[in-house]
Amino acid sequence: MTFVHKSIAALLLVTAISSPAFAQTTVKYMTFSAAPDYLEELDATVAAFEAAHPDINVEVETAAYNDYFTKLQTVIAAGQAPDAFELNYENFVAFANRGVLADLDPLIAADTGFSTSIYNPTALAAFSQGGKQYGLVESFSNVVLFYNKDLFDKAGVAYPTADWTWTEELEAAQKLTDAANGVWGTLAPIQFWEFYKTIAQNGGSMFNADKTEVTLDSAANIETLQWMVDKVNKHHVTPTDAEMAGQTDGDLFKAGKVAMLRTGIWMFGDFLANANFNWDIALEPGKTNKAHHFFANGVAVSATSANQQAAYEWLKFLTSSKEAVEIRIGAAWELPAVSDPAYVQGYLDQPKPESREVVFQALDTAVTPPVINNWTQLTDIVGQELEAAKLGQKTPQQALTDAAAAVKNIL
Amino acid sequence: MDGVTGRGKYLALAVLLLPSLIGMGAFYILPVISSLVLSFSKWDLLTPIQWIGIGNYVRAVSDPAVQQALRNTLTFILGYLPAVVSIGLGIALLLNRRLKGRTIFRAIYFVPVVTSWVAVSLVWKWLLNPQYGLINWLLSLIGIQGPGWLFDPSWAMSGVILATIWKDIGFVTVIYLAGLQEIPENLIEASEIDGANAWQKFWSITWPLLAPTTFFVTTISLISSFQVFDQVFIMTNGGPVGSTTTMVQLIYKNAFGYGQMGYASAISWVLFALIFTVTLAQNILQKRMDRSDG
Repeated sequence: MTFVHKSIAALLLVTAISSPAFAQTTVKYMTFSAAPDYLEELDATVAAFEAAHPDINVEVETAAYNDYFTKLQTVIAAGQAPDAFELNYENFVAFANRGVLADLDPLIAADTGFSTSIYNPTALAAFSQGGKQYGLVESFSNVVLFYNKDLFDKAGVAYPTADWTWTEELEAAQKLTDAANGVWGTLAPIQFWEFYKTIAQNGGSMFNADKTEVTLDSAANIETLQWMVDKVNKHHVTPTDAEMAGQTDGDLFKAGKVAMLRTGIWMFGDFLANANFNWDIALEPGKTNKAHHFFANGVAVSATSANQQAAYEWLKFLTSSKEAVEIRIGAAWELPAVSDPAYVQGYLDQPKPESREVVFQALDTAVTPPVINNWTQLTDIVGQELEAAKLGQKTPQQALTDAAAAVKNIL
Repeated sequence: MDGVTGRGKYLALAVLLLPSLIGMGAFYILPVISSLVLSFSKWDLLTPIQWIGIGNYVRAVSDPAVQQALRNTLTFILGYLPAVVSIGLGIALLLNRRLKGRTIFRAIYFVPVVTSWVAVSLVWKWLLNPQYGLINWLLSLIGIQGPGWLFDPSWAMSGVILATIWKDIGFVTVIYLAGLQEIPENLIEASEIDGANAWQKFWSITWPLLAPTTFFVTTISLISSFQVFDQVFIMTNGGPVGSTTTMVQLIYKNAFGYGQMGYASAISWVLFALIFTVTLAQNILQKRMDRSDG
């Protein structure tokens, strides 16, 4: 026997001993929320799942949020759909309507000893369509006001409180802005998502209640956009795009260049690891109303998957198992959408940021995304008009009038 | 194929060509045909196709987004084409002289051509960064405050054009160098004996004799600049405020962003018709010029 022969024989022997008696099922899972900051947590969740289900092997594929839905749609169209994948609430509607998601009701019904009451009922309902459960809810997130305590202390400004309105925010921002050192008082991006939330803080909305009419260009909304633009171009408490020079708002905050930043709680992990100063969170100031973003991510099984049962097992584990929920809470990887108050307590008990209860207080004034069927087009049309207003190419009134006219055509 | 005759010859040819024919059929001819078919449909990739006749074409002709993309594409061509051809020719003329280390220079100018657009775009994004970029820093040394480049709607296209010129000069240069080799030495010598200066030599001999090369270079560059996409996609993604949304960028957005495959296919065919017409016109013009010369 040559060395090669011996090696092969040894290898075969090892394989024979180590491979389990049952067949291995591979579940392909595609996600955006894990990349780039929570990959370790996802790996740990997969490892815990595979330990509990030795017959299932989870293969993860990640894509950045900006490319994710294009990629997902393309692989599904090409017949290469992953067995299971993540969807945010905004895109869930479009995917469910197009018949690419498996109906989970039969799987849930056959799953003895499991009840969907483990999930927050409102959040779970968001992932059903036409009376069928097409997805399990995975996590919540929202956007709050992050602030750099050290910059506030240095400028002698009192920390933001729940009573603050835009007026107090602007006054503080003017004191906190230090142009010589490149420090900006407050930062909220001028884009689609920030816009639909900010108009709600002034009692406005993009559509009427049943989404048959466009109310984008209302007087209140024009006033709101004016306020957003003025912070940049009139009060100079927010950097322009050219001044940000391709850095993200999170980068600027971490570099200690922004005193107040409206951003998502998904930044906790990054800021806890990389912001070398004291920071905390507060409710967002509003004008006439309090309003906070509310985002939900869900997970679904592909209608064409050959491994629907195994995919369902993985998704159930990812969204509701004790192990997965604890990993999620420990890393502040958004909020698990489970109903058990003990988990909420576990989240609140984490030491930083101090005012974690704000995350739950913000849920009381939640604004859900104004989802319509042509969602991507809506975000592009409105986004482009907002950009024109931000860059001074159009007045807020012009921009919103043009946006309203274009949105009417795709409604 | 000497020695092989008749049917055997064609069989051998077919077998030898098969690998590339399969590739070309699957990734070129088939998609071209299916895009033509799809342009008469409404299809979001996931639900069944609906046939809607010429609706997509009617919509494309009146769509302000298409008009804007066309304007942006023409702006790109106007800024890019004359510059890349004249700079490329200038460098070819320099490198055609008995210059020390000219092989090295030729290689240096050609390196950007074979570099991937992804890498080039990312480097140029940094070069053009308004706060930390090299270009605005150099401008500041001579007392000029540089523009916001890719963040400013009135400068973003200039940034894209600059990067594209830089990348493509090497290609134009190489083609012109080949053209210059074709010019008979004795014509130049004869003109020197007649007392022509450098400019006269260029204008009366080199430039007219380079006409076929110029035609080739402008045609190829024009066709490719109608299809400008990679650098736009990476450097600006069509923004700010749609100021760099070119035709292909718009096609991509409609196809993969909005799930409007049929409409995107129709715009593709409109673009094809446009390129075809322009190239045809260029061809006719060239033939006419040849005739008047002879």
